[in-house]
Amino acid sequence: MSFKFHGGVHPPDKKSPADKTQVIPLNPPSLVVIPMSLHIGAPCRPAVKVGDMVKLGQKIGDSDAPVSAPIHATVSGKVTAVEPRLTPAGTMVTSVVIENDGMDTPCETMVPHSEEELSDPDAIVALIREAGIVGMGGATFPTAFKITSGKGKVDTVIINGAECEPYITSDYRTMLEHPEEVLGGIRLIMKACGVSRAIFAIEDNKADAIALLKSKNSENSGIDILPLKTLYPQGAEKQLIKTVTGLEVPPGGLPAAVGCAVFNCFTAYSVYRAAYEGRPAIERVVTVAGSAMEQPKNYLVRVGTPLEYVFEQAGGFIKEPHKVIMGGPMMGVAVHDLSVPVIKGTNALLAFCEDETRTVENPTCIRCGKCVEVCPMNLLPLYMYMYEQKDDYAGMERNRLTDCIECGACAYNCPGRLHLTHSFRAGKAKIAARAAAEKARAEATKAATTV
Amino acid sequence: MAENRKLTVSSSPHIRSAQDTRSIMLDVIIALSPALLVAVYVFGLRALVLTCVSVAASVFFEWAYRKLMKKPSSIGDLSAVITGMLIAYCLPANTPYWIPVIAAFFAIVIVKQLYGGIGKNFLNPALAGRAFVVASWPALLALSPAPLGYDSIFNFGSDAVTAATPMASLHAGSLPDVGILDMFLGKIGGSLGEVSSFALLVGGAYLVIRKIICCRIPVSYILTVAVLTFIFPKGNNNLQWMLYNLLGGGLMLGAIFMATDYSTSPVTPKGQIIFGIGCGLLTVFIRYFGSYVEGVSYAILIMNVCVWLIDKYTLPRRFGVTREDKRSAKKSKEVAAQ
Repeated sequence: MSFKFHGGVHPPDKKSPADKTQVIPLNPPSLVVIPMSLHIGAPCRPAVKVGDMVKLGQKIGDSDAPVSAPIHATVSGKVTAVEPRLTPAGTMVTSVVIENDGMDTPCETMVPHSEEELSDPDAIVALIREAGIVGMGGATFPTAFKITSGKGKVDTVIINGAECEPYITSDYRTMLEHPEEVLGGIRLIMKACGVSRAIFAIEDNKADAIALLKSKNSENSGIDILPLKTLYPQGAEKQLIKTVTGLEVPPGGLPAAVGCAVFNCFTAYSVYRAAYEGRPAIERVVTVAGSAMEQPKNYLVRVGTPLEYVFEQAGGFIKEPHKVIMGGPMMGVAVHDLSVPVIKGTNALLAFCEDETRTVENPTCIRCGKCVEVCPMNLLPLYMYMYEQKDDYAGMERNRLTDCIECGACAYNCPGRLHLTHSFRAGKAKIAARAAAEKARAEATKAATTV
Repeated sequence: MAENRKLTVSSSPHIRSAQDTRSIMLDVIIALSPALLVAVYVFGLRALVLTCVSVAASVFFEWAYRKLMKKPSSIGDLSAVITGMLIAYCLPANTPYWIPVIAAFFAIVIVKQLYGGIGKNFLNPALAGRAFVVASWPALLALSPAPLGYDSIFNFGSDAVTAATPMASLHAGSLPDVGILDMFLGKIGGSLGEVSSFALLVGGAYLVIRKIICCRIPVSYILTVAVLTFIFPKGNNNLQWMLYNLLGGGLMLGAIFMATDYSTSPVTPKGQIIFGIGCGLLTVFIRYFGSYVEGVSYAILIMNVCVWLIDKYTLPRRFGVTREDKRSAKKSKEVAAQ
């Protein structure tokens, strides 16, 4: 039984032949750059200094803030720099640069946890935090905080195996190659959340993964494997909850408001490895594809590996790339500098040699309503765009611009080629800036009157 | 490979569907062509020449205006071609050739471009152009040539053998003297593009299959007219009266090709149904109580000016807020007010 969210689009999925390509561990590079913020929330303080020798999996950054996740060395070797470096998001963040000694000497802390320990929910949460596990689907929200903040409110765990973005096959390959580990990770998450039921939602274009997981799943595990209709953005959190449970997360609310917590399937896999192998979140599967690559590849890549190294190892560019995207083509981030590192949420690296955005010189709205038809949040993108362009705050608010999840379905479908998603990001920034300015003004007048 | 590489950075999404404005308009042109074929069969080559004059004039005015105003050319989007075709479609085949030129000027320059071009106009350009020439030269446009009474393409006046259109007898309250099949296929008098409901329905089906339009507006429009004419048959057989009303006049042309015009119809699903019903009600009111024999064009024009209001008040339900949530919020507000 599943429900349907409004709208959605069907971009060509382009997952072949990457979906047939086995995941290969990528040799770590000679130098890794690890930003001290690999998650949403408070950045970590570096726990090492220049000249220190570090071991694989050693904690090199942590924070006391609740919404944060520690960071580990992804190779063993010598710290050569602790300084601000460029991140894929285009920001400068304090990063630890490690020169790889090629030994991968494991840290003493990398030991499997005992069965006894793994029967205690709090111990599982603690190990998830210590392992630095975050939402590996790209959102990078600290997983341990998600579990503790949802305690008592969450009765359904949803595992996101939709992987609805074109090109990306990292979750799919993980499900095919490590079905038992993924299911084991789900059981740990369920135990940590204190729930008896989990729904593993997978788009039906991954039929063999669904069949395999069903065969490996024991009947009394409490895990339901649910095939979903292939439709973008099926894997968006709110849309996934709607499809699976029929419930809608209220505006501004968290999934816990409707009793749900959503975890990516690679997050589940990472939890399994942290628990049974003692391996923290130091690597992840990355799909490398796009028209500038000869053959798509799936690599298990250490966090902190520079993008140029990954592309080089994947055979290099056969044609000069026009655009390089971290993530999928619908929601991914275009990067301008290939020295930036792979981060915990990097599920794909795509290099395109041609502009596939079909940009035109004069984007013109013809009021066709195709954006309205596909919006999974029931919005009217054409009006939001119009009011944003005019800086009409009342209009933006009436049309609930801040509800936009930036999935890009409207812009994908727009025959007039408007930069809709871009405009909504700008609109949100404008609204936030104005609210901050108003708050500051109110505080200033308050201060003036009290004096 | 630390060489200097030029990479484009832009906001997501990084891919887009192939369908663009031009391909949509091309689909509409394809959907309009069966009606033109029937028009040529029924009224002769003059129908084709009249349509070509109208299209040429529309494209010319679109080009000339943008050129004069130093704006980027927009004739490539093909929307002016459609306007030209639709202007001709709602004129009788014996209309003097200069009439569609004036209608095209009014439609393209006054109604469309002065408001900013495609997507910005609030009236359907073709219908407004037609309304302008009908109001200015009513006598020239009152009569339609008889079907199959081919007129010479060199006839520059309006003196063909004419016949009363089915709409005229319907307006008088009696069933027209034409078989229902002829009405459906288009062997009747009337404006050149509106006569064949069959050809228009084929075009409409094409548009729906290609997802250029959705059927909310045409279906709610035609159903409203069907229900009203069935209930109030003016003393005739209900079913016959209803069918003649549906097949006569410009209802199919209006419901499928005019009321669905993107710029001048609502974008919300609920709004589209309200718009269709409104068009249907006004069409029947004008046909029954107006002095014009046909009400489609004015019905749509009147509804056109309501589009923004309709869109504003039919905002889709907010994601995460159910109808019950809304009701309880309202209740608690009332309680708080007391």
